[in-house]
Amino acid sequence: MSALEITLQVNGVPYPVAVDPSRSLVSVLRKELGLTGTKEGCDDCECGACMVLIDGQPVNSCSYLAAQVDGREVVTIEGLAGDGGLHPLQQNILEEGGVQCGFCTPGMLISATALLAANPTPSEEEIRIGLGGNLCRCTGYQKIVRAVKRTADELAKA
Amino acid sequence: MNYTAALTLDEALAALAAGARPVAGGSDIVVGARQGKAQLPDSIVGIHRVAGLDTLTVGGDGLVLGALVNHATIETNEAIVRGWTALADGSALVGSPSTRNVGTIGGNVMNSSPAMDTGAPLIVLEAICELRSKSGSRTVPIDELWTGPGRSVATPDELLVSITVPALPAGSGSAYIRLEYRRAMEIAVVGAAAMVTLNGDGDVADCRIALTAVAPTIVRARRAEAALAGKAISEETLAAVAAAASEEATPISDLRGSDRYRRHTVGVMARRAVEGAARRARGEHLSVPLNRADGIGAPLAGGSA
Repeated sequence: MSALEITLQVNGVPYPVAVDPSRSLVSVLRKELGLTGTKEGCDDCECGACMVLIDGQPVNSCSYLAAQVDGREVVTIEGLAGDGGLHPLQQNILEEGGVQCGFCTPGMLISATALLAANPTPSEEEIRIGLGGNLCRCTGYQKIVRAVKRTADELAKA
Repeated sequence: MNYTAALTLDEALAALAAGARPVAGGSDIVVGARQGKAQLPDSIVGIHRVAGLDTLTVGGDGLVLGALVNHATIETNEAIVRGWTALADGSALVGSPSTRNVGTIGGNVMNSSPAMDTGAPLIVLEAICELRSKSGSRTVPIDELWTGPGRSVATPDELLVSITVPALPAGSGSAYIRLEYRRAMEIAVVGAAAMVTLNGDGDVADCRIALTAVAPTIVRARRAEAALAGKAISEETLAAVAAAASEEATPISDLRGSDRYRRHTVGVMARRAVEGAARRARGEHLSVPLNRADGIGAPLAGGSA
């Protein structure tokens, strides 16, 4: 079981790391890189708490080998806020009350980011499909969907 | 565990010949290890960056899908939605946006699950698989590929490199529909795909029907096809299709459904798939996936469902 030398490009920062090839991306993000915003929920690809973007597309990082991400661009929840403060999705999920325990929130917002990049003017139905891989046991989803819709409306006007 | 990343097909095939198992998106092999179904293999070759395996071409041979084409591409590709709609219906139902992003057609097919959502569409569309190894290449019609749950005729050193799907004749339509308990991260309870070619009178000139999750592999339902071929689409023929499909099914009971429930509902899915395919053959627009289209499952005018 030999360690593999790889470089993860996370939120624009290169991280050279040596990892066991069976390690999941989420475990390397959290334990080696200290980026604990990405949550490990079910650890078998059901709940979406671990969602990150790889090359702009959503991926459950609990069930993706870190080795396969060598040289690719990763965006985690830590990469959403810019110098100017919170990302509009973050601001709106706070204002709409779409956060209760908060465990699903990073994954939700990553999926929402991918959705809005692909479809800047989603219908409510399309938002629900876009968030279909993210479970929330607190909010009942309505306020999360509203926050995404509000963000899309704001970005369309901007 | 040993891991290598292949950048060319030759590198990938050499790794397979040396005993490695291929991983593209990992949505079966890595997720399976997380769920405790099976440990990760001792040796893995990442094929996600192999040059040329992610191409999708539409031409004289029909549709040619490289093994790395993902479900997200298939469900949104205009040529597939127009010409091979059943396949788009199937890919659009897989997992979540993340699953459809990492999940590839090659992985879905070679995982050989009797519940896979692209299997029945590929059977009714008469897809041909190209298997490649260090020692050569061969083609296998998709309905001869699977031999049981998780098993296929491919040898361990063979890689599925492409799937060719011929163009359908004029006047044809196709559809796939499944029974599901929830709308995301779901696996088919049962499902059915149909391809229907209508003649000038609107009768069925040709048809193919395949069933999902009612046998050790996806299966073609030839008696259901016989109940439809040469006939008009009517309440009577649709009922005969449903009855024949139910008779041909050999389902098991598990946590998603009992054998009796599956046997009944696969007939319902078969008639809905035929109705969807026939309406598309007439040029009617029905949403992809058909599971989300308006009015699916409603009785025909004057009939009872």
